[in-house]
Amino acid sequence: MVPLSHYLIVSAALFAIGVAGVLVRRNAIIIFLSIEIMLNAVNLTFVAFSRFLDSLSGQIIVFFVMTVAAAEAAVGLAIIVSIYRNRESVDVDRVNLLKG
Amino acid sequence: MEVFLRGYSALGPYVPVFLFIVVAVTFGIVTLFIAKLVRPHRPYPEKLSPYECGVPPLMEARERFFIRFYIIAILFVLFDVEAAFLYPWAVLYGKLGLYGFIEMMIFIGILLVGYFYAWRKGALDWVKEG
Amino acid sequence: MNFVLPEIDLGAIAPQLWLTATAILVLMVQAFVPLVTSRSLALLSIIGSLLSLVATLGLWGQEAVLFSGMIALDTFSLFFNVVFLLGAILTVLISVEYLEREQIAHGEYFALVLFATVGMMIMAAGVDLIAIFIGLEILSLSLYVLAGFMRQVLRSNESAMKYFLLGAFATGFFLYGIALLYGATGSTNLDRIFLIAGERGGWGNVLVMGGMGLLLVGFGFKVASVPFHMWTPDVYEGAPTPISAFMSTAAKAGAFAAFVRVFLYSLPGLAASWAPLLAGMAVLSMVVGTLLALVQRRNIKRLLAYSSIVHVGYLLLGLLSGGTEGGASVLFYLLAYTFMQVGAFAVVVYLGGQGEDDLSLARFSGVAVRHPVAALAFSLFLLSLAGIPPTAGFVGKFYIFSAAIQAGHIGLAVVGVLTSVVSLYYYLGVIVFMYMRDPVDLPERRPSAALVTALALAVAGTVEMGLFPGSLLDLAQQSVASLLGS
Repeated sequence: MVPLSHYLIVSAALFAIGVAGVLVRRNAIIIFLSIEIMLNAVNLTFVAFSRFLDSLSGQIIVFFVMTVAAAEAAVGLAIIVSIYRNRESVDVDRVNLLKG
Repeated sequence: MEVFLRGYSALGPYVPVFLFIVVAVTFGIVTLFIAKLVRPHRPYPEKLSPYECGVPPLMEARERFFIRFYIIAILFVLFDVEAAFLYPWAVLYGKLGLYGFIEMMIFIGILLVGYFYAWRKGALDWVKEG
Repeated sequence: MNFVLPEIDLGAIAPQLWLTATAILVLMVQAFVPLVTSRSLALLSIIGSLLSLVATLGLWGQEAVLFSGMIALDTFSLFFNVVFLLGAILTVLISVEYLEREQIAHGEYFALVLFATVGMMIMAAGVDLIAIFIGLEILSLSLYVLAGFMRQVLRSNESAMKYFLLGAFATGFFLYGIALLYGATGSTNLDRIFLIAGERGGWGNVLVMGGMGLLLVGFGFKVASVPFHMWTPDVYEGAPTPISAFMSTAAKAGAFAAFVRVFLYSLPGLAASWAPLLAGMAVLSMVVGTLLALVQRRNIKRLLAYSSIVHVGYLLLGLLSGGTEGGASVLFYLLAYTFMQVGAFAVVVYLGGQGEDDLSLARFSGVAVRHPVAALAFSLFLLSLAGIPPTAGFVGKFYIFSAAIQAGHIGLAVVGVLTSVVSLYYYLGVIVFMYMRDPVDLPERRPSAALVTALALAVAGTVEMGLFPGSLLDLAQQSVASLLGS
């Protein structure tokens, strides 16, 4: 059997990739995709722990996280579409009206 | 191979996967390479253009999509994932009985509110009336 | 396999249910009844909030843990319900006029405010990290939409996008923290985490420490503490003004409710590890927020955003002091802050012109001549934010600093006092503009009855809590005592 640590390392790496993506990329859609990678890394962690601890609740949590991620995706896409209609760009560096 | 991996008991179950990857990659490379060696090379513009159902492409593939597609996509994402909650309920329907039934009806009722809202706001009409 | 079906006690979550039902009703009325005015929907929302308030007061004193250990009914959550409902009602009241002026009077607005409030209530009542997470998301998703509610205005779009991207980013950290705590303890229940994390405390257990740290980052983002504050001024500036008020008071109170419950109730065993981090966040919030507010002249909403960061610093200081005293000072301050901050934003709503293209301090020149009552109210709120007696802000700060000193954080309390002295400078700056400069041409307008009601409520609350804080402080102490079981 594959030990727990392997899953944890993979999910930590995925999470780090997601974080790096958010910090480095400038396109709102890509940033959002990176956030989704982070959430899925968390899901992997939950499932791995759930199996390792032999407790079902981890997998049920994943259901909730997936649903919330979908709701987030819907809201996020709607926001990005509306900004695109007003501005024709989703580059976060060009979204710069608010500076202080 | 087995001897080499003996120390890595954890990697044991992955050996077939590694072998599979190696074979798949080699197969692809070898096939392409042999094909390149034997095939004739006679290019002309028709042949170099991207294949699109056999019809000559009319314009760039990157263009703005009609906004309705996004709205439908957003609605699909929302309702599709909620349906995931129906599955465990359906599997255990017999054991959950009336309790589960009422719970699920409340859940679906709340989803229906969202559906009615979207419907009423015209998010489901492909061509908006009026 | 045998099932234990979770016990259902709808009475215990009556406040949440009333509010949810009202929100759904507002949504449906708005969609199906033609020609319904946004004013009647606002009225409906307020009636629903009042019903929820009555239900909250009706439950007062009861204690129970329900829904398979997901939701707690205790004085702590009920106290927060009152804060949230107050914030929601005030927000709805100051929104009516604003929405009509900006021509965004859609009924969804009120439904979303109510849904956000339900989310906060679930956060405050959640005794399982998953319940807290769901509440947090109900709150956040509603706020993302509300921040971008002015769909045609690019400023509002930007505000929503920034808030959404950073909020979702923070959610990722928060969830990863939950996952690690789940891995370390085998449960997401706060009681179980308390038992097991206490045993395994110290730096020994990487999972517990990592989970705690990630939760701290997630909460730090949600309450907008330095170094996770970058989004605050931009989001507050771009969002509709009543929503800025809502985000900086009720939404922040929601995040603090869960923050207090998780850290003081579930993870006190690790205090040795999180206290230094929290102390750092508190000091940075107070100092950096003050410095940024000092140089802000361009926009009053940004000024209030920076000042809200400073106030988060004070609240973190209260949280850090811990125990009944520290916790109670946080609760009291959140209530006081709701009154004065929403009040200040209400005056901004009243004085801001359509489109709010100019909210610089210069716009407030000589306001005292044309709108003496508004100027007087604004001065009261600003002085209260600065912590001048006899206002709610003074009493709140006094309790926080004395709790900090009792807990031995004397240096931090000194930083807090110093920053509030310095903060007087930028708050007085606005007052100087209002009273000592020549008036500029402000459009003549009469405030709506709703706005006047909100202002009166906020003034009354600010003064009341400043003059007679005793009973409310007792209440706050009871609430925290019910949480900590002491």
